[in-house]
Amino acid sequence: MKMKKFTKTHEWVEVEGKNATIGITAHAAEELGDVTFVELPEEGKEVKKGEALCAVESVKSASDVYSPVSGKVIEVNTELDASPEIINEDAEGKGWIVKLELSDESELDDLLTEEEYKNSL
Amino acid sequence: MENLKRTPLFEEHVRLGAKMVPFGGWEMPVWYTSLKDEHHTVRNNVGIFDVSHMGEIDIKGKDALKFVNYLITNNVEKIKPEEIVYSPMLNENGGIIDDLLAYKYSDEHVLLVVNASNIEKDYNWIVKQAENFDVEVKNISDITAQIAIQGPKAEEMLQEISGVDLKKISYYNFTEGRINGIYCLVSRTGYTGEDGFEIYFDKEAALPMWRKLIELLPKYDGKPAGLGARDTLRLEATYLLYGNDMTDDITPFEAGLKWAVDMEKDFIGKEILLKEKETGIRRRLKGIEMLERGIPRHGYKVFVGNEEVGFITSGTVSPTLDKPIALAMLNKPYYKKDTEVEVEIRGKRVKAKVIKTPFYRGSVKTRK
Repeated sequence: MKMKKFTKTHEWVEVEGKNATIGITAHAAEELGDVTFVELPEEGKEVKKGEALCAVESVKSASDVYSPVSGKVIEVNTELDASPEIINEDAEGKGWIVKLELSDESELDDLLTEEEYKNSL
Repeated sequence: MENLKRTPLFEEHVRLGAKMVPFGGWEMPVWYTSLKDEHHTVRNNVGIFDVSHMGEIDIKGKDALKFVNYLITNNVEKIKPEEIVYSPMLNENGGIIDDLLAYKYSDEHVLLVVNASNIEKDYNWIVKQAENFDVEVKNISDITAQIAIQGPKAEEMLQEISGVDLKKISYYNFTEGRINGIYCLVSRTGYTGEDGFEIYFDKEAALPMWRKLIELLPKYDGKPAGLGARDTLRLEATYLLYGNDMTDDITPFEAGLKWAVDMEKDFIGKEILLKEKETGIRRRLKGIEMLERGIPRHGYKVFVGNEEVGFITSGTVSPTLDKPIALAMLNKPYYKKDTEVEVEIRGKRVKAKVIKTPFYRGSVKTRK
């Protein structure tokens, strides 16, 4: 069963089994404006919850993307290299950034539900 | 967003769906729909910018010309009435207090247009310097609105509602007359690298002026544009931004503004510049190009080997060139063309090199 959670720092994570797909929220993409560059992490990189996972640059600014959970990077969305604007078009779908192998599922409990996230905006 | 000032067009921007951000003490539109789109619209067609946040300081009196010439580095004595000069204004240490436009009405009247975030600082400085001159200094920023109409189709569009023959206004010249029936100062100036106009008028008339321009835009494939596009446009054209590329401790020679300094006359800060001319500058603002992936941003450090040799003053992805561009303040001798440097981007060193500017030349008429 899929489960989708959100962070206060505007990331989303969708979990299926041990795999977590991560991106920035549609709201964050709109706030950033035209995304021009996504600095993707290396596959195999270990990240801790709350650490900077990668960076998304828009014409106007650079923003860190913080990992909602701890784990190991198992896949990156290389489509974003050629077409970073996918994030503006579909931030919570085709604009996903990385997939992690979760190391601690209990961390998901601290994250926001979609409703909680929307209320926080 | 407490205590932020708003232009008379604030409600119009909100109504158009603009994303409003704090900018130099003002709440301004950064974009309406898309920065990139607005940028291309100005390069290819025409865009309008609400720049009512800019400051206007009127200098009138017997000594007006003499005073302004002492105040700024460029020379207003050498230009005719209805002509404009761009100029830095320096402190006693040769640092740039602000960069401004000086509009010469006559020998007894010059209008200075200054940056929004510097209005108070500039006004206080100017009043202090005016003590020994027979002039009256008046800050008319709060009663003045300004709109910039920029792009290759700016003249054609604005002419539709202009009682003034715009063809007769050459680059860096101005005149007075009616636009949309509203009494204006209209100049062929702008900060985008494109041909265009800046119009100044009573702020009470801001709404009918803006709405008329908005109504005209679709016919010329034009759009309102925000400060985001203004920033990428000015950077491509290598027009400097106060606070980023120029500050109180950067001299005009360091900023590459030698062309706007007349060393033949007296002005505040000249002694320091004379010394600098003798000893040579220690650093210089230059364009850089990335040789590896990454976007240099304001404040990022620049290295050659293990030596920190400068910092990025402005950087972005150029929408026209579709690649990162940046200005960097680089120490001697690393500002020479083709010098390979490294920019530290989020802890990583990324290769770049010094290149010639401007990054892009638009439809703007060549400077005299």
